[in-house]
Amino acid sequence: MGNIALSTPEVPVPVRGLDRKQGWVERLRKGDEVLHLITFAGGWSIILITVLLVQHLWVYSRLSRHAFGWHFLFTSTWDPVNGLFGAWPFVYGTLVTSILALAIAIPVGLGSAIFLAELAPRSLSNGLTFLIELLAAVPSVIYGLVGIFLLIPVLTTFMPYFQKVFGWLPIFQGTFYGVSYFSASIVLAIMVVPFIVSISREVLIAVPISQREAMMALGATKWEVTWQAVVPYARQGIMGSIFLSLARALGETMAVTMVIGNVAQVSTSLMAPGYTIAAVIANEFTEATGDLYLHALIELGLVLFAVTMIINALARLLMLTMKGHEAAA
Amino acid sequence: MSKKYPSFSRRFKNYLMFTLTGICTLLVVSVLFTILAYLLWHGAHALNLNFFTKLPAPVGQAGGGVVNAIIGTLKLLVFASLIGVPIGLIGGIYLSEFAGGWSGFAVRYTTDLLNGVPSVVMGIFVYTLVVLPMHHFSTFAGGVALGIMMIPIALRSTEDFLRAVPRSLREGGLALGASKSETIFTIVIPAAIYGILTGVMLDIARVAGETAPLLFTAFGNQFDSPGWLQPTSSLPVVIYNYAISPYDEWHQQAWAAGFVLLSGLLAISILARVVLARGGKVSHG
Amino acid sequence: MVRRFLALALITTASALVPRIWAQQISLTGAGSTFAYPLYSTWAYQYHKVHPNVEVNYQSIGSGGGIRQLIAGTVDFGATDGPMTDGQLAEAQRKRGTAILHFPTALGADVPAYNIPGVRAELKFTPAALAGIYLGKITKWNDPEIQKANPGVKLPGANILVVHRSDGSGTTYCWVDYLSKVSPEWKSKVGVGTSVNWPVGLGGKGNEGVSGLIRRLPNSIGYIELIYAIQNHIPYGDVQNSAGKFIKAELNGVTAAAAEANKTMLADFRVSITNSNGAEAYPISTYTWLLIPVKMTDQTKAKALKAFLQWSLTDGQKYTTPLAYAPLPGVVAQKELQQMKRLQY
Repeated sequence: MGNIALSTPEVPVPVRGLDRKQGWVERLRKGDEVLHLITFAGGWSIILITVLLVQHLWVYSRLSRHAFGWHFLFTSTWDPVNGLFGAWPFVYGTLVTSILALAIAIPVGLGSAIFLAELAPRSLSNGLTFLIELLAAVPSVIYGLVGIFLLIPVLTTFMPYFQKVFGWLPIFQGTFYGVSYFSASIVLAIMVVPFIVSISREVLIAVPISQREAMMALGATKWEVTWQAVVPYARQGIMGSIFLSLARALGETMAVTMVIGNVAQVSTSLMAPGYTIAAVIANEFTEATGDLYLHALIELGLVLFAVTMIINALARLLMLTMKGHEAAA
Repeated sequence: MSKKYPSFSRRFKNYLMFTLTGICTLLVVSVLFTILAYLLWHGAHALNLNFFTKLPAPVGQAGGGVVNAIIGTLKLLVFASLIGVPIGLIGGIYLSEFAGGWSGFAVRYTTDLLNGVPSVVMGIFVYTLVVLPMHHFSTFAGGVALGIMMIPIALRSTEDFLRAVPRSLREGGLALGASKSETIFTIVIPAAIYGILTGVMLDIARVAGETAPLLFTAFGNQFDSPGWLQPTSSLPVVIYNYAISPYDEWHQQAWAAGFVLLSGLLAISILARVVLARGGKVSHG
Repeated sequence: MVRRFLALALITTASALVPRIWAQQISLTGAGSTFAYPLYSTWAYQYHKVHPNVEVNYQSIGSGGGIRQLIAGTVDFGATDGPMTDGQLAEAQRKRGTAILHFPTALGADVPAYNIPGVRAELKFTPAALAGIYLGKITKWNDPEIQKANPGVKLPGANILVVHRSDGSGTTYCWVDYLSKVSPEWKSKVGVGTSVNWPVGLGGKGNEGVSGLIRRLPNSIGYIELIYAIQNHIPYGDVQNSAGKFIKAELNGVTAAAAEANKTMLADFRVSITNSNGAEAYPISTYTWLLIPVKMTDQTKAKALKAFLQWSLTDGQKYTTPLAYAPLPGVVAQKELQQMKRLQY
């Protein structure tokens, strides 16, 4: 009697219900694997598109890369007649305008964000933020339009007075014709300020009240609380918004080309006209006679893409290290 | 005699700094108002029936319009949505429901990368990818360029809103015997639909104003563009060309076109937020 | 509610697009010269009135662009005021498998237009003055070289702001072709092309951009096609020709320049008429050409293009003079109608 149980092992009998393992055919019929495959394909198609993008940029710039190598980045000549192309004036212009734009936008943007997060009553803050975020929705070409017909005439009127005071500085020398690095930087600053304000305000509001209360308990003024406790706590988000703005400013095309003057030269004065990578591509791409010319422009596109990628990677790296600090703190 | 606490210098600094921040805010808001007011003023002036119904007249002749640009922009946006929205949606579902570890990381990283690609570089890519092999500038190429630009934002917002759907809803579906795909389609997505829709609308508003990629893909057209395979005019390109031209008449039309474009974009943005607020039961706040 | 809204949006869009999508239009795409854009846009408009099912879509992106897009095969025809080089013709043969024929359509003039506050007079420019300004050697308006040709005019001591083209341009080609002929220094330092390495100056996009810059910036000078100066009320100067006379850009001057060149007109029409010999010739004149491929794959489009070309060489010529272009001399137009027989459609 006792031995029967041991000598006949139990064989699992397939039963309808939830306690059996599903074969992959079953899963396929139920649609889960199909959906997984479809969404997998969708997600990875993005990777495919990006790889294709890099490959096209690489292949279609080969003539220029082989002809100039790394010197391309540091040569200043842009001579389509003789087939000599150097990217330095454009790289210089891109860097100068973006950095100056950030130099203007960061204090103003951060200041506004602090005001809206700490000082303004919540309803006013929400309303104003909504309006400022609308600025972010304005397309680049409209900034260019306003830049040409409003900003440049205004700047041209005031620049002589400005130069009387600051004209001894090399960066403010030379006749001002309206189209210049300076005008482009101001337009770019206006374009990136909404990002800085919007994101910084959000992260400032998200700072836990305990941080503020702790400072206040130590007898700090409201400004000291803000500047020494709240803002440092939120610095990760603020840095993120700055990197985002930098990436945006580097790639901006239309507004810049309409107000920068489009001259391939390197100039220490901000009053002089200049050129950026994005602007030269937009202006000369459909008109590049000759393959080398076209490939040189595409190589510029590759450079811009690489710079954007590096900034992206740096931003992520920074976020990671900052997170580490936060966790430790 | 006890000193006032905190010290005068600290109190002064307090008022000073906050006043400065107030000035910053004032600066930003006044810039916004100036731009909008200027656009409104000049744009509204130039709006007339001709503007909306006529094709461009030859230079020097009055009475032209930009109807082909308005239709061109609409066509481009329709096409771009057909490309960008499905891929973004499907990718978003992948990241939120299926993706694990490194696969999810790869897709997310690449999406961020694609998002950061400057629009003019995207224009180069689609020129070499579509225009050269096709031997033609076309609405199709323009739509592809704008569509690819739409993918990252559509994907990000879909993923965000799907993730925000509480686990309890999903588990409820599974507990009732539904398969994973059934749960996703009948429970999770409908719960997040308002947010996803908002994301798509804001996405469309963002690419509607893009000019640079269209310069090398859709090119331009002074007439209507029949079908999808011919070059087409579009509002942003018209604004650019007319703004840098020397003709006063074209400047007027540039303002009017800017006004129309911006009004459209702002309307979509505001509508999107309204939709989000209305359907905000399960969406993230 | 959302679904209804979406459905409504879809239906509206579809109904707006369907009639235009299904129309039986033949659409020809051309691109190039901004120099000839006022003429070609008028032609497209007038031709569409006569043949409503044909749309000639001409994009003004500069002659360099026209040549480029023609070679790449992305447009049906090109337009340029700087003729294609042998190298470019060979490239077109290689890449598109077809030869390209040049068809002159009209004659125009590059004028030195300027914006000097307080000076409304018509200035006279010697070749040396123009070369010097563009080489960056002459930097002030009251430089002796300019002043001596304009004794009665009070020129300011302001800096000259030079404006040139930032894009590949036939207008540039005509201008630098002229400068190379009158200034050996220009020829060796800068040379001729649709895009050159400018010693000085600000870049404008297209004739439109340059005109816009001249209008906006005081003390500027730039070279633009005559009609742009007229339509935008920009003062322009007289230029001294090879016979020593100061000629204002007008139909007579341009036609006289062409008359000399017609005697030695090349078989493929790629002739330069700058600085030509006639006493009344305006020295910075040029033909403008349509670039037509000999073979085309789409026969419907090809026939439509041929018909449009025929019209432009005959009926279309009446639209040239109101726009300050000179019409083709009869003998040239006849030769071109002969050349049309080489088109393989």
